[in-house]
Amino acid sequence: MRILIKGGNIVDPSSGVNRRGNILIDDGIIHSYPERTKTIEKDAETRVIDAAGKVVAPGFIDMHTNLGEPGYEHKETMRTGSMAAAAGGFTTVVCMPSTVPVNDNASVTEYILFKARTEAVVNVLPIGAITKGLEGAYIAEIGEMREAGCVGVTDAQYPVMDSRVMRLAMEYTKAFDIPVITDCQDVDLATGGVANEGYISTMLGLKGVPSASEEVMVSRNISLAELAGARLHISHVSTKGAVRLIREAKQRGCNITAEAAPHHFGLTEQAVIGYDTMAKVSPPLRTEADVVALKEGLRDGTIDVIATSHSPHTEDEIKVEFDLAPFGISALETALQVSLQLVRDGVLTLPEMIEKFTVKPAQVLGIPKGSIRVGATADVVIFDEHELVTVDRATFLSKGKNTPFHGAELTGRVLWTIVGGEVVYSV
Amino acid sequence: MCTKTVMGPELIKEAVTRIACEIVARNSQVEDLRIIGVRTRGVHIAERIAVGIKHTAKEKPLIGVVDITLYRDDLRRKSQWPEVKRTNIPFNVDNKTVVLVDDVLYTGRTARAAMEAIMDYGRPDSIQLAVLIDRGLRELPIHADYVGATVDTSAAQTVKVLLEELDGRDEVIVHGE
Amino acid sequence: MSSEEITHILDTSESMKEVSTRDVKKVPVLRGATVVNLFFEPSTRTRSSFEIAEKRLSADVLNFSLSQSSIVKGETLLDTSRNLVAMGASVIVIRHSMSGAPWVLARELNSSIINAGDGSHEHPSQALLDLFTVREIKGDIRGLKVLIVGDILHSRVAGSNIWGFLKLGAEVRVAGPPTMIPSYVEDFGVKVFYNLDEALDGVDVVMMLRIQRERQEGGMFPSLREYSKFYGLTQERLKLTDGDVLVMHPGPINRGVELSSEVADANQSVILDQVANGIAVRMAMLYVVSTGSLS
Repeated sequence: MRILIKGGNIVDPSSGVNRRGNILIDDGIIHSYPERTKTIEKDAETRVIDAAGKVVAPGFIDMHTNLGEPGYEHKETMRTGSMAAAAGGFTTVVCMPSTVPVNDNASVTEYILFKARTEAVVNVLPIGAITKGLEGAYIAEIGEMREAGCVGVTDAQYPVMDSRVMRLAMEYTKAFDIPVITDCQDVDLATGGVANEGYISTMLGLKGVPSASEEVMVSRNISLAELAGARLHISHVSTKGAVRLIREAKQRGCNITAEAAPHHFGLTEQAVIGYDTMAKVSPPLRTEADVVALKEGLRDGTIDVIATSHSPHTEDEIKVEFDLAPFGISALETALQVSLQLVRDGVLTLPEMIEKFTVKPAQVLGIPKGSIRVGATADVVIFDEHELVTVDRATFLSKGKNTPFHGAELTGRVLWTIVGGEVVYSV
Repeated sequence: MCTKTVMGPELIKEAVTRIACEIVARNSQVEDLRIIGVRTRGVHIAERIAVGIKHTAKEKPLIGVVDITLYRDDLRRKSQWPEVKRTNIPFNVDNKTVVLVDDVLYTGRTARAAMEAIMDYGRPDSIQLAVLIDRGLRELPIHADYVGATVDTSAAQTVKVLLEELDGRDEVIVHGE
Repeated sequence: MSSEEITHILDTSESMKEVSTRDVKKVPVLRGATVVNLFFEPSTRTRSSFEIAEKRLSADVLNFSLSQSSIVKGETLLDTSRNLVAMGASVIVIRHSMSGAPWVLARELNSSIINAGDGSHEHPSQALLDLFTVREIKGDIRGLKVLIVGDILHSRVAGSNIWGFLKLGAEVRVAGPPTMIPSYVEDFGVKVFYNLDEALDGVDVVMMLRIQRERQEGGMFPSLREYSKFYGLTQERLKLTDGDVLVMHPGPINRGVELSSEVADANQSVILDQVANGIAVRMAMLYVVSTGSLS
């Protein structure tokens, strides 16, 4: 089976390609960029996709997804989560270890990879836990998890509070050449917090999470990474101060990378007014000044990656008191649309935006993906960058319909998603 | 659509004077008489009747005000700004003769609500009803003891009583076919 | 709520207050309507006040109290409320320990919802009764200097009162230990004082908030003794104001902590007027939500 993608605007930041052209996929591999297509089109075995006026890019990589398996199959499964990913243009998702049981040993890693092979429609790469049971006390079997296929370690939404343990984890992980990925929140300072601490949390009577709770930990983790000489990646940066700390650390040569989630630069704390539990997320939606700083961080390269922090929840879980609702947004199916706003606003060029969805996360994780050079695995997304869509959460393929973007008019629509030469999603 | 004046200032004045005389004639103990006007127009007519009684009996009876909003039977018909004005009955009604005064007697529901309200203040010897206009079309077994004028109307019509104190002139108008 | 809506409820409360002066303290306006007091937090006085208000309007009253633990385990708030609606409740009066809980109901149910206090967010009936009490005695709210003292951070009473008094044109000050003053409160347009003596200068109304002992355990202040020394209202401190200041407290009072006994029982204290007015204001709220489209 061959696929000819004809006449699209090819944007591949990994090779600097940004031009109109054709791509021929054969046997799951990018075969060539043929100048002439007539003879290929005549071949009955070749499927032709007319991509005229559309963007053709490497399939996106989401390095921050919660897939629900094992343990939270009511929120999401390999099947639904990967289908949602495909609908969002993602061909690879990296799943968090905060499952039940926790992915803190090779047998859980193997189970996840087995489920992914049999049920997922996109590539699934697991991330292992830093500490056993995500409890922050003893480092997990990081070496074996690495052998089994984990591409990084993180304690996800349970950041390691004990600085000594974090130092040991950073040092130990160096032997296995994978990044230490960390949420940054001082959980004592953020105790009970459900929204950004500020005018709006005060008005709504909600317990606030101060920006300082993130910045204290960003600062600590940078210091520890410098001490340990480790490769540190900071998850979903949300505050102005955190952007500044990361920028300064990079300037003095610290080996760190960082990501931002679309909701953190696409929304402000205003979204929680009315106690919309779908806008409850950790770290919380922040202020306009933080959004401006995040955009500046994305523009100047302080923030390397856009990752979704996809956290699906059931309707029953979100139709409750704000304090009781779980944190998180079902984000795979709106990430591209929200990020394209950065291009329209002139924050990023289209290739720069695509870079943060493709080659950048591939580099952070050290995986051979995020490229559509000749010879690369044919993970490709084709999208319309201008089509206007109204977000309707009912149409999500994810089990989680929890999105604060419901009803929003956004532009951008994924038309085809191709994984290893197979079309896994098309409209 | 037609509009007809059924009473002018002279007729209204005459009617009020006559009602005052009839009240005194029927109730010899003027000191036991209490006049209570139903908000809003009944209050002003009650005042005029009390003045009329003073002319005849040399004694002005005490006056109260009743707001029947909390006694209405049409609560379920919602409005944006449901208004409750104050009821003010600054005297004891026990063993007194209360003359309830309203501008128009129509279905009888207002009079019923007003009687219920008054009885929450005590136990009058009797309650009598005085109205400027009786337009018929009763829905409850209620009749007025003192009537300024009787006007035959249909349910499609509206009867509007204009008073000097509120509207700048005295007039009773019937709107509609 | 707009200032017109607040004024409308205060005006209606005046008429309702008159009902409580009659021989028969009851009007039939809510006859046949079922009002449920859905309390997820123990609050005998607010619940009793609502219950009396409901009964004076002739509503059928059902008290439905749930323990704190049932919020977390078992039936969801929405399911509990749907049960009550199925039983015919036309108005639900809800008290909940979590901010925004009434919004869950307002979004999903057709019944009228009255917020009887949610978390550290709002306590509208308390604020309205405070506004009513001040307006009744001072005549007008506009231009008054109102001082609220104590745990502003966790207090729904403070939250609603700051908003209500500002809306009606008063100057609002808050005073208390900095750990109990929300960091963004100035953005609402109030003046912040950490020194009570300075805060008292020239005020017309002093509203003392109840200090909750749990806060001390949470490390918000070192001891009740120290709190009382710096933020308790005493006769000496009251002398810093001019004579006709009103002293208010939402109750229940900790005598000797936020208020000395002499102050609680002094002429300036309108604490018991607040309690009496609470019934009238709650009657007005019930009437307005049952018959109008205000919420």
